[in-house]
Amino acid sequence: MILPLKLEDVFFVAGGRVIIERISAEISAGPSTIILGANGAGKSVLMRLMHGLLAPASGKIVWRSNDTARLQAMVFQRPVLLRRSALANVTYALKLARVPHAERERLALEALESVGLAAFARRPARVLSGGEQQRLALARAWALHPEVLFLDEPTASLDPTASREIERVIQAFDAAGTKIIMATHNLGQARRLGDEVLFLHQGRLVERAPVEQFFSRPASPEAAAFIKGELPWV
Amino acid sequence: MEGLIHAARSALRLIFSGDATLGGIVLLSLGVSLSAVLVATLVGLPLGAAIGVGRFPGRRAVVVLLNALMGLPPVVVGLFVYLMLSRAGPLGSLGILFTPTAMVIAQTILILPIIAALCRQAVEDAWTEYEEQLRSLGATGVSAALTLVWEIRFSLLTAVLAGLGRASAEVGAVMIVGGNIDGVTRVMTTTIALETSKGDLPLALALGLVLILLVIALNAAAAYVKDAAQRRYG
Repeated sequence: MILPLKLEDVFFVAGGRVIIERISAEISAGPSTIILGANGAGKSVLMRLMHGLLAPASGKIVWRSNDTARLQAMVFQRPVLLRRSALANVTYALKLARVPHAERERLALEALESVGLAAFARRPARVLSGGEQQRLALARAWALHPEVLFLDEPTASLDPTASREIERVIQAFDAAGTKIIMATHNLGQARRLGDEVLFLHQGRLVERAPVEQFFSRPASPEAAAFIKGELPWV
Repeated sequence: MEGLIHAARSALRLIFSGDATLGGIVLLSLGVSLSAVLVATLVGLPLGAAIGVGRFPGRRAVVVLLNALMGLPPVVVGLFVYLMLSRAGPLGSLGILFTPTAMVIAQTILILPIIAALCRQAVEDAWTEYEEQLRSLGATGVSAALTLVWEIRFSLLTAVLAGLGRASAEVGAVMIVGGNIDGVTRVMTTTIALETSKGDLPLALALGLVLILLVIALNAAAAYVKDAAQRRYG
């Protein structure tokens, strides 16, 4: 178990601008966590800080166990796939995770099967459609059996059908016991997939609440305005 | 005009009759330039990849210098290698001045910066796209660099070809360190220069045609490979 993840007074600064301002939170196993907020609120940066792709300017980000690298995976808004077959993209990740050679192909095929891409295993990854590429990115994460899965607006550039398929796979992750931490600005998706909401506004954690409560009785004016689709800075 | 037509006819006759002198010159040219490309590629690709992915103090200066060296004047390289290899020079004891080996050395120095700089640029562009994904999967350092180089293998073909084009077309460096000795160090470009000043236009013209056709054929082949790869791998 690498959870809970604790953030203590985390700041992140880029180009002289404060992107993340004094965020403290404890993320525990179980409920799917949705990071909600407008563009530029700091959602992606916060996820990258948690995942370890960025280092905080100050403050602490502590997992329960130190050896977290292989136990967390991340799926980005635009999947970055290698110029090789779909199957080879998954086995590549398994190789980096030091999975023995003999097991890689079987695990990779299982993962492709679980996202409905088994038939495309030998196809070059980069010529798949956008939705298929994103499902392949999910399969790559699936094969690693991570304890925590970060998703950064995974459906932002996909059409509704492809988005539904992605959501189905995310629910399967959840059902298999993987902790979901997802950034989105899609309110419907947050309701469908989330158990709790972290609402960011201009780099600050303004509100944290169970999904139902957040949408029916938002405690902060910023969250209320965001839900109503108003722009609080106008 | 009649002289020109006559020269062109004789040139074509030389090419299609399989003239031994002409064949020898073409083969030596290819031998020298391909050897130089081989050495420059073996050194230049890893060097370019390392600079592209690496972060070290003075990196910007190194990149600027490398780009500047792409425009090295061949005669200056020739002069430098000449000074090194001449009897009084530090490497004079090797006794390789006025041999094909000296020509390979000069051309290698000339095209190494081209191959390294183009590789550096390609790797750096790819790194921007792949960095987060590769770090997320746990690929770092040499392993990440190797993955990148393999990803952009078809772009690197262009870099290698640019080197070959430069090597086979330059005249200044091989003239100085090779000495243009008949049957020993006489290559296409030096022969063209010599025969033109002697007034033997057919041989000069024939070699010029062969040189241009070779360059076109190589570039066409590379373009074909790149297009085919693009369609196949995306």
